[in-house]
This record gives sequence, C-alpha cells and structure tokens, in this order.
Amino acid sequence: MKMTKFFAWFAIAVGVTYFFVPLAGTFEFSLRMRRGEYSLDAYGSVFSDVQFQQTFGFSMLMALLTIVFGMLLVVPTAYWVRLRLPQMRPFVEFVTLMPLVIPAIVIVFGYLRLYNSASYIPFTGSLLGTNILLVMSYITLSLPYMYRSVDTAMRTIDVRTLTEAAEILGAKWPTIMFRCIFPNVMSGVLSGAFITFAIVIGEFTMAALLNRPAFGPYLQLVGANKAYEPSALAIIAFAITWLSMGLIQLVSRFGKLTQSRP
Amino acid sequence: MPFLALANIKKSFGQTQVVHDFNMAIEKGEFISFLGPSGCGKTTILRMIAGFEQPSGGTIHIAGQDQTRLKPNQRNIGMVFQAYALFPNMTVFENVAFGLKVAGMPKAEIEKRVKEMLKLIHLEHLADRYPYQMSGGQQQRVALARALAPKPQVLLLDEPLSALDAKIRVSLREEIRQIQRQLGITTVFVTHDQEEALSISDRIVVMNAGRADQIGTPSDIYNRPTTRFVASFVGTLNIIEATIVDPAAGTVMIGDQTIALRESIADKTGGETISLALRPEAGSLSESAKGDTALTGKVVSANFLGSVVRTRIAVGKNTVSFDMFNSPDLIMPAPDEVVTLRFSAGDLLVIRD
Ligand SMILES: Nc1ncnc2c1ncn2[C@@H]1O[C@H](COP(=O)(O)OP(=O)(O)OP(=O)(O)O)[C@@H](O)[C@H]1O
Ligand SMILES: [Mg+2]
Repeated sequence: MKMTKFFAWFAIAVGVTYFFVPLAGTFEFSLRMRRGEYSLDAYGSVFSDVQFQQTFGFSMLMALLTIVFGMLLVVPTAYWVRLRLPQMRPFVEFVTLMPLVIPAIVIVFGYLRLYNSASYIPFTGSLLGTNILLVMSYITLSLPYMYRSVDTAMRTIDVRTLTEAAEILGAKWPTIMFRCIFPNVMSGVLSGAFITFAIVIGEFTMAALLNRPAFGPYLQLVGANKAYEPSALAIIAFAITWLSMGLIQLVSRFGKLTQSRP
Repeated sequence: MPFLALANIKKSFGQTQVVHDFNMAIEKGEFISFLGPSGCGKTTILRMIAGFEQPSGGTIHIAGQDQTRLKPNQRNIGMVFQAYALFPNMTVFENVAFGLKVAGMPKAEIEKRVKEMLKLIHLEHLADRYPYQMSGGQQQRVALARALAPKPQVLLLDEPLSALDAKIRVSLREEIRQIQRQLGITTVFVTHDQEEALSISDRIVVMNAGRADQIGTPSDIYNRPTTRFVASFVGTLNIIEATIVDPAAGTVMIGDQTIALRESIADKTGGETISLALRPEAGSLSESAKGDTALTGKVVSANFLGSVVRTRIAVGKNTVSFDMFNSPDLIMPAPDEVVTLRFSAGDLLVIRD
C-alpha cells in the first residue's frame, strides 16, 4: 500500500520535472536579456516588433475564420449524423480522425498538387485563394477536436426530441439549427474553438509551405536569428495555449451547470 | 365527418408491421386515450398524426383536410413529450413564446398570449426560470403551455406523466383534463396506465399488437370488455373456465358447481368450454349480500392491501380473486377455510374472441 503510493508520487515528480524544468529554464533565460539582472526586455522587444504584431494578427484572423467556418461545417454535420444517420457515426468519427493520422506535410503537398496555379482549381494563384486554402487546411487540422467536442456536447441534449418539439411548433430547419441546437451545444463549440485557436496560432507547416505570413513561420524565423526573443515567444505561446485550456475548463463546467434535467 | 379521422392506417418498419388497419373517428373537443402495453404501437400512431412518421397506408384527416402527407411544421398540432423536451437555452417565457414567434406573431400579442398560458398552468411567477431550475412537474406544465400557445387544432400527449412521481401524476392529469375541457381542444393521450386512462378520458382505445381491440367509454371498457385481452389488461379481472351444460337455459358448470348465466349462450353447444370474466370487486362473502349466484371454494390466501383485502379462493381448477373493503371489524378469511362467494349473475361476462 505504502509502496504503491510512493511510486505514484515518484512518477508524478518525474513527470513534473520532465515538463517544468525546461519550461522554467526557458523562462529564466528569457529574462536575462539585460546583462547581470532579470528584466522583461525580451518581451518588450517581441511585442514591439512590427512583424510580431502583423503575423500574430494574421494568425488570429485565420483562427477566427477557421473557427467560424469550421463550426458551420461541424455542428450541422454532427447534428445530422446524430439525428438521421446514427449508423454512420463510427465512419464519420473515423474520417474526422484522419488529420491526426496523416501528417500535415502530406496534406499540404496534396493541396499544392491539386490547387496550384496550373490546375483546374487554382487556389494558390491568388493571395485570397491561398488564404482561403489556408483556412480550409486549418479546418481540416482542427476537425478531430471540433467534431469531438461538439459531438460530446450533443450527447448531453436529446437532439431528436428537441428537433421534433421545434418542428411541431412550426419551426423550419434554420430556426431549429440556430435557435434550438447551436445555443445548447455552445459549451462544445467554445471548447472546440479554443483548441482550434491554440492549434492555428502555433501551426507552422501549412503556413510556411503556402508561404503565408503567419505566426508559426515567424516563430521559426526569430528562433533562427535571435537569442532571447525565441524564449520569450515560447513562453508567450505556452501562455496562449494554457489560457485556451483554462477557458475550455471554464466553459465545460458552465455547460454542466446549465444542462437541463431529463 | 369527424374532426380527426384515421382511416385504415398501416405502418411497417422494414419487414415488421406494427400498426394494422387502424380506424378511429374523434369528435371535436373529445379526450381520447390510447391504452395498451409497451410496444403495441401507441407512440407510432401518435407520431403519424403529428407527421413524424409517414403511414405505409391509409389517410389522416383533420377538420376535413387530408393531412397524411404534410410535414409536422405544416400541421397545426400541439405535442407534449414524455421527456418534457423544453429548450434548455430558453426561459419558461421564451419556451412558451417559441411557436408564436415562429408563426410571426407581433411582440405585444406574444407577450399577452404567453402570460395567458402561464396563468392557465399557474406558473406566472416562474416566467424567467430556465428548465433546469424547475421540477419535472413544472417542466411538463410548461411543455403543455408551449404546445397550447399557438392554438393547435389537436393536442397530442405521449405518456406525459410517466417520468413523474405518483402524487404529481394524479394532480397533473386532473389539471390536464381540466385545461382540456376549458379550451375544448381535441386531445389524444397515450398511456399504459389503465387508471390514468379510465380517470380522465371521454373514450379509450385499448390497443393490442398494433390493433384497436376495443373503443369505448371508460365504463364500457371496464364493465363490458369485449375481448379477453381488454378484460385482462384493464383492471385485474378473473378469468374462469366453465363447461356449458345447457346452452338454452344458460347453465354452466365450474368445477362441480352448476350456475346460471344471465347473458345468452344459446349460440354455443353443450360441453363446450367458455371463458367467463368476473371483477374482483363484484363478489362478497357476507350472507346478507344481495346476489343470485354463489360459488363455494377453499381460501388460498388473503392479503391486506390497505383499503381492501384481496382473497383468492380455489373453485375447481380456477383461482378466483375478490376484494372486500377494509373495516375495523372485518374478519380476515383464514387459508383452507371453505367459504361461499356471492355475486350477481349479471356480473359474469362471457368472453367472445
Ligand atoms: N423507428 C422504428 N424502427 C423500427 N421499429 C420501430 C420503430 N419505432 C417503433 N418500432 C417498433 O414498433 C413497435 C411499436 O412501437 P411504439 O413505440 O409505437 O410502442 P408503444 O406502444 O408506444 O410502446 P411504449 O408503451 O413502450 O412506449 C415496437 O415493436 C417497436 O419496436
Ligand atoms: Mg410509446
């Protein structure tokens, strides 16, 4: 009994060390830009860099578009599968998991072959087209997380009966979708959105190969050319991810509180 | 033409037919219950009236209009579900207002109508609550108000009380019936609880395996069941096997005792076995009981059930149950005691099915 408890604590200690020591080291290093004392100079330098502002802004915009269009795709799909095609659920789940299995580099090379400026659908021929393609690739990447969180939220409501209740009261499907279903899976939509945000902000492969000025490639650029700023950026990136995770916790707890009793 | 007419309704799911040639004519303002065991097709018929399922055959007319092929949102029907199905993201007020909003009613009118409905269900003070902040009984009343708000032609209720506890179930069913009377709305109520059906319906449809076995008033159904199924499903009826002695005289033999029936069995032949039904409350042990018929048997058991004492006696191969009202000076029959049960011959029904 005592031994197992000891080993459990030991394992946790090892895990925490493994995870936190590099992080603490990075943080400490990021504070040492000014010789002989700790300062936030590296952070100041990062935040005042015009390129940081531009790339971060660009990635924020991409993340936002990804979330909006991704959810417009995922929520109705998850809804339809639950309502009309329950036997298709394992298949749809499998499809949404594909982006986890197929490396991003493979996907983006596929895109470049399919949509290059000499193809029938020359997305990469224009800036707008490339941006659209980037958003679509981000939707693909975040599909597993978005679908899962929305589907889980749908499990907590009786989608079928709510739909029928709305239908018999005269509602047509846009009303059913946006007034009866969407608001009730909001906790799932939000947690999916925060994960998507975290993924898109740090994504490198797609943005670099499609040659868009996103935050991921900027991180890489700074990492290759500066000393203290990359550490500061790493800490900032971690902070963003943690903030997203914290918000997920918050909305899922809130979602549980407001669930209707059966 | 009746207000709600179901004609030759059939429904199959794949190979299995779950509703067989169902016919029903419901008058305006009537309160009809569908009563039957689990899986007999009650919900399926209700869902066809609502338009959630397409009948495999037959027609549905409401107020003379063929509605068989209309979508649920094109019919003017109110429905209350077993699981309440209130929209969790909306307050009570918004839930009740939903159908009115969808219909494009002006805001001021919606407000007026919702208030009226909340008053009807005595929940004006909870207008701003969310469903999760209310009890099951309150939620179901809101669901009723929501269904009634757009003034539907027909109200459908699918086991609306079965998720509630016993006390609320009784008070809410009376409330539903009272509101239904007040609004004069044509109502179909599905239940598998016979007491519920008997207590609030104008007429009851007793269903068995996708068919209507008997349609009649509660007293018809209870006192004059026409099939063995109805007899056994509604109440706890005794089924007694008897052998015909003389069809013309109406005499039959139960065990070694011969009694005369009031109902004619002239169409039967001597020696044939028939089934007779006897309600447990029809018999009495008292010497002074008025009753032209008697059966003697040995007590098998006597159980105290609160307001009544249920005694089972063996008569020939049959076991007959009967209830006596409890009173402080009642003497409980002892097992193996030989007793005589008296009842009126008119209480013995011949089951023909
Ligand atoms: N969508 C469906 N697909 C296949 N079979 C179905 C479907 N819906 C109902 N059934 C079958 O039809 C029969 C009647 O079902 P129904 O739900 O109408 O019964 P019910 O009388 O309402 O029973 P309960 O009292 O349990 O609610 C059942 O045998 C059921 O299995
Ligand atoms: Mg049912």
